[in-house]
Amino acid sequence: MTTDAVNAGFMAPGGKSWLREWLFTVDHKRIGMLYLWCITAFFVVGVFLGLLLRLELFWPGRDFIGQQTYNAVFTLHGVIMIFIVVIPSIPAAFGNIFLPLQLGAEDVAFPKLNMFSFWLYVIGGATALASLFSGGGAPDTGWTFYVPFSAVTTTNVSVAVAGVFILGFSSILTGLNFIVTIHRLRAPGLTWTRLTLFAWALYATAWIQVLATPILSITVILIIVERLLGMGIFDPARGGDPILYQHLFWIYSHPAVYIMILPAMGVVSDIIPVFCRKSIFGYKTIVGSSLAIAFAGSLVWAHHMFVSGMSDTAVMVFSFLTFIVAVPSAVKVFNWLSTMYKGSIRLEPPLVFALGFIFLFAMGGITGLVLGSAGTDMHVHDTYFVVGHFHYVIFGGTGFGMFAAIHYWFPKMYGRMYNRRMATTAALILIVGLNGLYFPMYLLGLEGMPRRYYDYLPQFTSLHQLSTYGSWITFAGLALMLYNLIHSRYRGAPVGRNPWKAATLEWTLPSPPPTHNFDTEPVVTHGPYDFSEVRDDDGA
Amino acid sequence: MTEHRDYLGAKMGMWIFLFTEILLFGGLFVLYSVTLGRYPTEFHEASKLLDVTMGTTNTMVLITSSLFAALSVVGLRKGSRKVAKTCIFLTLTLACCFLVIKYFEWSHKIHAGIYPGGGTLTQWEPGKQAFFSLYYTMTGLHGLHVILGMGVFLWVWTRIAVGTCTPEHFVALENAGLYWHLVDLIWIYLFPLYYLIT
Ligand code: HEM
Ligand SMILES: [Cu+2]
Repeated sequence: MTTDAVNAGFMAPGGKSWLREWLFTVDHKRIGMLYLWCITAFFVVGVFLGLLLRLELFWPGRDFIGQQTYNAVFTLHGVIMIFIVVIPSIPAAFGNIFLPLQLGAEDVAFPKLNMFSFWLYVIGGATALASLFSGGGAPDTGWTFYVPFSAVTTTNVSVAVAGVFILGFSSILTGLNFIVTIHRLRAPGLTWTRLTLFAWALYATAWIQVLATPILSITVILIIVERLLGMGIFDPARGGDPILYQHLFWIYSHPAVYIMILPAMGVVSDIIPVFCRKSIFGYKTIVGSSLAIAFAGSLVWAHHMFVSGMSDTAVMVFSFLTFIVAVPSAVKVFNWLSTMYKGSIRLEPPLVFALGFIFLFAMGGITGLVLGSAGTDMHVHDTYFVVGHFHYVIFGGTGFGMFAAIHYWFPKMYGRMYNRRMATTAALILIVGLNGLYFPMYLLGLEGMPRRYYDYLPQFTSLHQLSTYGSWITFAGLALMLYNLIHSRYRGAPVGRNPWKAATLEWTLPSPPPTHNFDTEPVVTHGPYDFSEVRDDDGA
Repeated sequence: MTEHRDYLGAKMGMWIFLFTEILLFGGLFVLYSVTLGRYPTEFHEASKLLDVTMGTTNTMVLITSSLFAALSVVGLRKGSRKVAKTCIFLTLTLACCFLVIKYFEWSHKIHAGIYPGGGTLTQWEPGKQAFFSLYYTMTGLHGLHVILGMGVFLWVWTRIAVGTCTPEHFVALENAGLYWHLVDLIWIYLFPLYYLIT
């Protein structure tokens, strides 16, 4: 098949100025694609930095990068992965492309604002990267920018946090846009209980973006003020308090982990019914648990500060609240498993990634309870146990959610199918690789290996080496997956509207969808997981 | 493609945005209350050093500007672009007055060495230093919002001039007015917290 045999839809090259047409597009699908490509590019950079860290840790002592470089590399790795990759990942890329389609809408509520937030994203990302090459060198504070160190280090922290501020603003505007879109632009008949679970997840996420991100903004503004004007707001000698910084930081950053994970849960909730040909079990419980996570997740921030010198009462309260927030996450896992029970399961790549998500997310979530109970946290705080935990959750969780989304919607976005065997193989390699990479970190942490060190005691060598081998397997999996996707984007077999025979609105459109989405406004008569009306020839 | 107009959607978006602004300042208000709880007497002492007359004048100036902002919306909705533009002009003039008064207040203090790192302030107790770091941060950020709000009004002014903001589609002006009221409202909290807690 040649390229032009496939309907090009919104991807169709425009006139001469196609670059301008793309960069200043207000079409939500194109904006989503731009995000997807940028995020992928940044992800690749972040992965290389991670591999570099693992390589340095292969032997104890200095192998080839010194401590200052190591500090800069893990800071940059964290900043890129958290603020530029994971937080925007699913909402900004797939949310932009598919939310309006799932709602039967022509676009998001504020298309120009959407373009503006994409540009803020690009500018913010560029600013964060610029901190590498200008001023006093790459920041070395870790992605948390803890004071007092961040207030006094001579490295380029101000520029990096300015980038984070801009990225945060972009995130707020995306969330705001989605909330209004979901409230105002649902097609006739699309009641709240007929909304896809992906849309519901984005809705809950959007509220966290809107309500939590301003606190991050003010926190980073304060760092800048502290550094440039010497305000002393966090300096005890001048009446300030560094613990207040940690509170402000985590009031945003704990909810932020739900910005990272809820959309992935939404993707998985959309995928599982399609590949089990069964309506989702407990639709309303899943919706309720998304909202409950968004709400309860805002109350637990101080579990990052058990050893910072809070009062014992505060430690107990936050420990208790942390346990409560685990409940709605577990509820979702039960719902997914119950949906699969007695379903007619087709083990296609999106489902394989979704199952990988459930497994890896559970591995990370359970250790979250170890960290959430103050007693055990005292022991493993700031060790590799934490590093293992959050990687299982964000790489195994959000990362796999992202991969599942790519494999689920790829045929819709490009009108072509990838090699399914290769996709499944990549998924399995990744699951093996991730366990190899991060499970040893749990053991290292339990044995007392602290995080953020470029050197370690000789007795940790074998576990560190195991982890580094794991990083290579992970890399192989990522490379295979990317190769498959990029190759198939040009050479894959063309597909019709609905290769998975799903029942949500985006699959009623041609693949790729036309610029104006729906010719006539769709009227919705049934829920998103009612497959009785999906016809067999829809796939063609 | 006809431009999609959704009055309710636009208002909803603006309200949510205003809420994020409140949260942004909310972080600072939390810092303020924690620090006040820690140094009640020092805050009391430090507050005496601020000029209540200037603060009060500025409060009046800002409230009046808010009134004109509201009148500009009323004017436009009643069909008069001229009234709307005049009222915006008055709002902007008063906003300038606010900034000028602020400038004099700040420069007095700075000349006297009362600023973070300044000769006088560093001699004082930590509590007083905390008061002034918060004072400069919060009123400074508020001042920045005044400038942003002025920019928004200028933008709406040009939209009225070129006829994209009209008596039928006035939501841009209405949202600008809402933003201005928020800036005003935040000042109404800052004023007693810094000038009147003696
Ligand atoms: C091949 C993939 C990856 C490898 C080999 C890797 C490896 C590492 C290593 C060795 C550290 C340093 C730990 C320390 O010294 O404390 C680290 C930190 C971190 N990584 Fe990754 N990582 C990978 C992917 C990811 C992904 C996908 C994310 C986000 C979803 C991520 C987010 C983070 C964060 C937030 C930190 C914390 C930085 C800090 O401690 O301040 N990483 N990673
Ligand atoms: Cu947390």
